Amino acid sequence: MKKQSKKVKKELTIEQKISRRNFISFTSFAVLAVGAFEGWRWLYKSPQEITGITGGTRKPLRRALNKTEIFFRRTVFSENHLVKTYPKSMAAKHVRVNSDIGVEASKKFDPAAWKLVVNKKAGEVLQVTLQDLMALPKTEIVYDFKCVEGWDQISHWAGVKFSDFIKHYQLDDYAKMQFVGMETPDKAYYVGIDMPSAMHPQTLLAYEMNDKLLPLEHGAPLRLIIPVKYGIKNLKRIGTISFSDTRPRDYWAEDGYDYYSGL
Amino acid sequence: MRWCHWVNFPILTIMIWSGMLIYWANDEYKITIFGHTFFRFFPDWFYNTLKIPHRLSEGMAFHFLFMWFFTLNGILYILYTTISGEWRELVPKKNSFKEAWLVLLHDLHIRKTAPPQNKYNAAQRIAYTAIIIMGIGSVITGLAIYKPVQFYYLTWLSGGYHFARILHFALTLGYVFFFVIHIVQVILAGWGNFSSVISGFEVVNETPEPIIQTTTEDEKAE
Repeated sequence: MKKQSKKVKKELTIEQKISRRNFISFTSFAVLAVGAFEGWRWLYKSPQEITGITGGTRKPLRRALNKTEIFFRRTVFSENHLVKTYPKSMAAKHVRVNSDIGVEASKKFDPAAWKLVVNKKAGEVLQVTLQDLMALPKTEIVYDFKCVEGWDQISHWAGVKFSDFIKHYQLDDYAKMQFVGMETPDKAYYVGIDMPSAMHPQTLLAYEMNDKLLPLEHGAPLRLIIPVKYGIKNLKRIGTISFSDTRPRDYWAEDGYDYYSGL
Repeated sequence: MRWCHWVNFPILTIMIWSGMLIYWANDEYKITIFGHTFFRFFPDWFYNTLKIPHRLSEGMAFHFLFMWFFTLNGILYILYTTISGEWRELVPKKNSFKEAWLVLLHDLHIRKTAPPQNKYNAAQRIAYTAIIIMGIGSVITGLAIYKPVQFYYLTWLSGGYHFARILHFALTLGYVFFFVIHIVQVILAGWGNFSSVISGFEVVNETPEPIIQTTTEDEKAE
């Protein structure tokens, strides 16, 4: 009798051990699973940010986008990293028109009367004509234009390097600020660009596409071509340029997109 | 490392879901052979059931947050597996490719006997190692399309921006395919096997192969 009970006891302890282990691990698994689910629910139902410079997305997601921007700007962004360029022959003949906000055909616009307005300190304004810009050194680029939507197209542009423009008009002090803001003449479309991206050697104030002056739907007379950004930042028909140390307003950042949108 | 496995499951689900929110904005991939389109990714009913349309910015925001967790979890797994020496159980051996065929025949009930195995059989070694390599591939092609200028070398490595995006997409289809097979296998392997992935029971308890052995014995008995 004694022997038997001992045996039974021994077996029980092993099985108890097994079931205890199982109980502990299954309980912690369940707790963690519920925790993960609650965490997800918290994130999914978290309140929308209040629309200011940015808007349209959940608060924690916006915080994550901004932190991620800082991470990539500090660790990998370099002026020396250039977008890949292609031979002219590979450039698309029919360049995709994806948006006409701020350059709608129905809007009255006279390219001949256009002047680029650069807002300087204390209300000082610099006005530049297309002829002035065309007198500056011309830079060409054939690169793969990339849209947030996921499409890309090799296209050919020419104009003035933004950094050349800054130098020529002695705006160097302004280029020490953090951001550039650009808006269409009707102020319907607007972008904010961090200075390192604006001063990147491949950023152009472009007035030509495929060796011809820009067509209206591609932003005549002058548009921004900034290969280190998605298409949403490549503003068509630049009306004004201004500088600031805080983020200028940005059309798509107000609608849930990453402010940086850098490539 | 089973924790990584379970952490990966919801993360990958979120990555695939947010990836679809992004893909919807320009859903150009289809399977076309000799000019005939057999399948378009994805049909409208699919999008509508999953409420995918018009959520590009939301998808990007989620994708660019959870990419961190996906990558960190993957790094953790690889570090652990390498340092602990558990990779020896996982990485295919010389004879694994031959054996995997036998395992497949056995699983399809064409062959009665399965080759002997330790923790993982030959087919599992190949599949589980492949899925880790695919994970690395997703991170590389992902970075290649996320920052193609800054990570130009990754973009070059992935065959260019356009091709990298196709690879990124194809890898995701691979996960879904893997998942389907995986689930079927888990159901076939039974509850004991499943619970071991939660408790780590047979790993800790010095009896390395009770579950797998019983299944093979069961099938032999049949």
